[in-house]
Amino acid sequence: MKNFSVKTIVATGIGAALFFVLGRFVVIPSPVPNTNISIQYGLLAFIAAVYGPIAGLLAGLIGHFFIDFSWGWGVWWSWVIASAFFGGVMGLLTRKLTLEDGEFSKKDAVGFNVGQAVAHLLAWVLIAPVLDILMYAEPANKVFIQGLTSAAINIVATGIVGTLLLFAYSAAKPKKGSLKKED
Amino acid sequence: MTNLFNYIDRSSPIHRLTGATKFVCLLLWSFAAMSTYDTRMLLALALLSFALFRLSKIGLRDVRFMLGFTATFMVINNILVYLFSPQHGTEIYGTSHILLGSGRYALTQEQLFYHLNYFLKYLATIPIVLLFVSTTNPSEFAASLNKLGVKYSVAYSVALALRYIPDVQLEYHEISQAQQARGIEMSKKASLVSRLRSASSILIPLILSSMEKIEVVSNAMELRSFGKHKKRTWYMGRPFRAADVASMVFCVLLVALAFTLNHINGSRFYNPFR
Repeated sequence: MKNFSVKTIVATGIGAALFFVLGRFVVIPSPVPNTNISIQYGLLAFIAAVYGPIAGLLAGLIGHFFIDFSWGWGVWWSWVIASAFFGGVMGLLTRKLTLEDGEFSKKDAVGFNVGQAVAHLLAWVLIAPVLDILMYAEPANKVFIQGLTSAAINIVATGIVGTLLLFAYSAAKPKKGSLKKED
Repeated sequence: MTNLFNYIDRSSPIHRLTGATKFVCLLLWSFAAMSTYDTRMLLALALLSFALFRLSKIGLRDVRFMLGFTATFMVINNILVYLFSPQHGTEIYGTSHILLGSGRYALTQEQLFYHLNYFLKYLATIPIVLLFVSTTNPSEFAASLNKLGVKYSVAYSVALALRYIPDVQLEYHEISQAQQARGIEMSKKASLVSRLRSASSILIPLILSSMEKIEVVSNAMELRSFGKHKKRTWYMGRPFRAADVASMVFCVLLVALAFTLNHINGSRFYNPFR
């Protein structure tokens, strides 16, 4: 299931559509003015966990590209790449999870959240600002503060939304070994 | 809903280029404009992109809304740069000609020149994206990705995303109304955590139904042997013409020019202070 199959292609497409709709139309105001909470990263982490790193990477790339594209103010490649990176890394980190068997323990949830926090920090405090500096020669402290703010917001959003989604999904799947062969 | 991607159907030389050409040109153009900070080159690119706008028969009125957004974004970014790094220009150009004030926020010629360049950089990159967005049919864009050597399965994902965006949007809307009728609160009145929780109560049905869709669509595609052959044809695909090749060559030359200028200037910046 986690290789490049037809299902991965479809999951990428529909995942990107979900990412786009959540990122573009679902506006949840945050306490920081002019900053909205991006619940799409919770969804992206979930897609990556269920359909693998390639689906996560491409769904982040395509979804984010279309968000920028539809606003029409220019595609901010540095941030698009950071989104794709987050999706891909989450896919790799969640390889060990056996969601298909209906298993998602509290321990898995802790692991998932540590992983997503690290992935968000790498994406928004390392990759996005460094690319901003390379591409646009912006001052370092400005882009790092922007990056830190979005990392913090995204970690909270992914922590709540992603974890809830994973619990809901695994609960909807039948447990492994729930059926027994009759003697 | 139909105008989600701001595509404006007109008949112009720019519209007749294939989506693939426009995408390659957009990438090369942005790459050229991003790699250099040479003021002259940025100015030329900005003027040229306005000329291209003329050619495409897309008026400034058509993209007024997006231009407004961009302008706000640009002003905020310029202010942020100045607040965080008022001596950024001095760091870059290595000299300091103070115009007024003193201390950390002293206004220097170098800083003003850097802001001019930053402003030009937007002018050199944003109009061309607006042009791409308003002259490229999204479905044709997905079809043309394949021509650029992107694997057709990936191009198909892009096409699928475009196909399902309106569906997902509609479904989200329906679920959200149903949940709000049941009393969930998503406005500023609720606390942050409960807002996120209520977002999840919309997301869970949305995602479970989307996953069912993934299952159905991928089964249907598999039944029709999707991915069996190395190639496929596209309903919206168009062949390359002479104008396509010419525009791509022109954009390659732009990148070459940017690199030559960087080499001559000795850095990415054109320095009039030395």
